[in-house]
This record gives sequence, structure tokens and C-alpha cells, in this order.
Amino acid sequence: MFLFAAAAAPLLPEWIVSLTTIAFANALVVLGLVVLWRVGLVSFGQALYYCIGAYVVALLARWTGLTDAFALIVIGGVAAGLVAVLIGFLLARYREIFFAMLSLALSMILYGVLVKTESLGSSDGFSVTTPTFLGYAPHREALGLSLYWLTLGVDAIAAVLVGAYFRSVAGALAAPIRDNEIRVEFLGVSVNSIIHAKVVIAGILGGLGGALAAMAIGHVDPNMAYWTTSGSFVFVTILAGAGSVAAAFVGSLVFEAVRSFAVDVMPGLWQMTLGSVLLLTILFLPDGLGSLVSRLKRRGEVQRP
Amino acid sequence: MSAILAVRDLEKTFGSLVAAHDITVSVPAEQTVGVIGANGAGKTTFINMITGHLRPTKGGIWFEDQEITGKPSREITRLGISRSFQVAQIFPSLTVFDNVCVAAAIARRSGGMWGSITTPVRSPDATAEAEATIELFQIGRYRDTPANTLPQGVRKLLDIGMAVVGWPRLLLLDEPTSGISIEEKFDLMNVVMSALKTRKITVLFVEHDMEIVARFADRVLAFYDGTVIADGTPTDTLDSPRVQELISGVRLKPAAGSGGHA
Repeated sequence: MFLFAAAAAPLLPEWIVSLTTIAFANALVVLGLVVLWRVGLVSFGQALYYCIGAYVVALLARWTGLTDAFALIVIGGVAAGLVAVLIGFLLARYREIFFAMLSLALSMILYGVLVKTESLGSSDGFSVTTPTFLGYAPHREALGLSLYWLTLGVDAIAAVLVGAYFRSVAGALAAPIRDNEIRVEFLGVSVNSIIHAKVVIAGILGGLGGALAAMAIGHVDPNMAYWTTSGSFVFVTILAGAGSVAAAFVGSLVFEAVRSFAVDVMPGLWQMTLGSVLLLTILFLPDGLGSLVSRLKRRGEVQRP
Repeated sequence: MSAILAVRDLEKTFGSLVAAHDITVSVPAEQTVGVIGANGAGKTTFINMITGHLRPTKGGIWFEDQEITGKPSREITRLGISRSFQVAQIFPSLTVFDNVCVAAAIARRSGGMWGSITTPVRSPDATAEAEATIELFQIGRYRDTPANTLPQGVRKLLDIGMAVVGWPRLLLLDEPTSGISIEEKFDLMNVVMSALKTRKITVLFVEHDMEIVARFADRVLAFYDGTVIADGTPTDTLDSPRVQELISGVRLKPAAGSGGHA
């Protein structure tokens, strides 16, 4: 799927390439939410890591002059991951609405700090220096394509690693923990440390997504940490479903496509359009868009004999 | 001496309430020990102290000559003590196979968190172990059934199977037959006990049905008011006048030929 998307890029109009880049950068954040979703946790503050990843990229370029996209992405992901390690000590002890609200509160703290920091442009934010790729410094269309391929590459690596994680002992414990934490503890596993690891994985993915988005948009502002940003990631997660890794990417792409289409066609009503899409998804595909694939598979199996 | 489990002068108090006191027991390997007593007599407190769920106020516990008093329950599990529950603790949304396979993978994992992240849950080892355990507990025909639709007896077998899949040396069964109809109890216990014998597991089981205790235990501990008031073969313990006087249910179904004591 990624190879196909990568090969098709030069043939596509520029606006599709840029829309897809943003969608696939955000898909990483959604993938992190899927990791948490599987264990029954919803984070309403994933924008925290998204914003950290984005600001780290923007600030490094501004203060140190580091513009290499590969290095910036890695540092953005690691920085968000480190914050997640610290926050995880607190967050891993909470479940359900308390987990959701606490993560929301933490992201709003960052939002508040950024809005008040005049040296970082307060609520206006500031623009991101154009990235380079191992010395190659493209402009305009070539830059867009380079960022698109970079995003696809990061997504492919993340998809493979998260897929392997879902099949690992720690990853496969998601459903058991959701079902019966006591039993998992009595089998000799610390549930909190498993959840802590999931918070960190989701944090790293959030940071990577933010770093890519910062470069693709070319601008960062405190809204990247605002609760509506977190909300849209949760929105896409519900739309996509937690059934598979691919669902996060498909869901994110559908979301961005519907949003730009709706803004284009009926500028005043685009939120209503998105809301209707979500409502229809919940009513008819309670397990998300990802469940379409498994449904089709099952139908095929039933009809065969 | 080769007692697999040794407990000395064990005491547990909650404020002014003495839940257990002066418990001294030594269990040789591969023995099957029945634990009887009324509700509140200290049986579950005793079990919970061995599994590390409760920290004893006084006294010590040794497992395979290593002191485990007050160790956290996860560490005790890793040392080779496992338990099952009065109400079966299973993962309802998973199939029987996945329930057992997850338990097997957890027992076989190594290297802490990194090991858990890098080891696949369906490794050939864990899969083989899970299949063998499902076979051992005779629940093969439910292999792919989601656990939330299982009959009560199968849930119990699954719960115990999950405790056994990691090859513990000591297993604590908390009322394995609770919630099971009288007709099914013996069949269930036959399957469980023969499975545990096959794996040479030392067993402590809490049980209220004296016929089950008499039939399956090598030895019986009778609890009353927080301590052990009788310890011996099933016949000796169940026939002792003190046990018959203090523990209800013992006298209702006297073992054949024990009428003289009643």
C-alpha cells in the first residue's frame, strides 16, 4: 500500500500530495491512539506529544540551525517519548475517564504555557525553516514530494513495528488487561508497566506525527496542543477502528479528504458533514472503517462453501 | 528435609482483628492437601499470604527452602507458585486457546518489558504448551470458543489450566468446585487432579464438600478461628471429634465406617 502510494505521487496534483502528507503524518498519532484504544484507554490529550514533536523540530531549526529532516524527526519522536516516560509514571495508574481527563489536562497545560510565551510567538506561533534531506535542499514541488516520501517511509516503518508489537506478549495483553486486570497480575505481569509502555509508544508516535506535520505545514502554533486537536485524533480513531494497523492510515486519509471536500463545497457546514460521517460510521460500522475489510473477508468465507 | 512449602508461626492481624495466628505447616512435594473450615476461619487469608497477596504480620513462609515471606505476588508467581480462583478469572473476549496461550507466553517470557515487547505471543513454544494444557484438561472441543460463552465447569477447568500452563510446582486452588452442580463436581475434580498428578504439582485446595475432600486429598488441614485445629489423613481429620464439633458440614456426611465417633 505504501509502495503504491509512493509510486503514484509524481502523477498526482500538488494539493493531493500535500493533503496526503498531512493525513499520513496525523495517522501516526492515530496509530498511537489505537495502541491505547486496544487496552480500553482513550487519551484526550494526544495533541501534547504532537505539539512537542512539532515545536522541537521548529525550535531546533531556529536555535541550532539543524534542518536535516531525518535528524529532526528522530529528535522530535524521542523528545515526545521522554515526556511520555515521565508522564507515564502518573498516567499508567489511571483508567477510563480519569485517564482521558488527566491526559487532556496535561496537554492544556502545554497549550497555556505556549500561548503565554511571547518569545515563541504566543498564540501566533512561528514558521518552520525549510528542511533539508541529507544535504539535498529541494523547493516548492520537489520539497512537497520529498516530505511526502519521508512521511510514507516513517509510516511504513511505524506500521511494521506496531504490527509486530501487536503480536508480541506485551501487545497481545491489551485485550486480557481490558477483560480482567486481576488475572493478568496473578499471571505475574505488572499491568501498570504494560500500560506505561503503551503510553510511551503512543507518545513517540505522537511526536513523530507532530514533527512531520510541522515540516509539511511549515508553521507551528499552540493550537497543535489544544483539546480540539486531540479531539480530532480521537475522532479519526473512532472512524478508523482499532482492528488493524492499516485502519489508522485509511481512517486518517478519509478524514482529511472528507474535511477538505466539505470545507470546499459547504464552508459553513463542514463540521456538520464530519459529524454526520462519524454518526453513520458508529451506527453502521461500530468497529470502524477497518472492520469493512474483515467483514468482506468473512462474507467471502461464508459464500465459498 | 524436602518440604516444598514450609510455614512457621504465621500470623495476620487487621487492626485488632486476628485473621490468622500460629499456623505452622510443612508440605512435602507432590502431596495433595485439602483445606477445610467455615467461612472466616482463615483459609483464604492463609492462601493469600502464601501467594503474596497479603503480607503476614508475623512468622515466615519458605518455598523450596527459599524464604518468600512478604515478597510481591508477581515475584512469587515467577518462583513457581500459582493459584486459581473461587470465581473463575478468565479473559471473556478471548477464545479458550488464546486464554491459555497468553498465560503460557507470560510464563515463558524473559527479559522484562523489552522481552515482552520483542517476544511474539504465539511463539512455537507457547503455542505447543497451550495445546498440551488444553489436551491435559480435556477442553479441546472448546478450543476456539470465546470464553464468555463457556459452561461453568469448563470455565473452572480453563482457569486452572491457565494457572498450570506455566509449570508451577505448587498450586493453590480456592474452592475449585464452587458454583458447580453436585453431579458434575466429581467429574471435574477427576480431570483436575489427574492433570495435576501428571505434572507432579503439589496442591493445596480449599473445599467445602467433605466427600470431595475425603476422595481427593492425601491430607487435610482443618481451620477454625484463624488457626489449624487438625492436620492429618482425611479419615483422621474428618473423624476427629473437635473438627466434627466445630466445623459444620463435616458431620452431615460421615465417611463410611466412622459412625462410632459421631
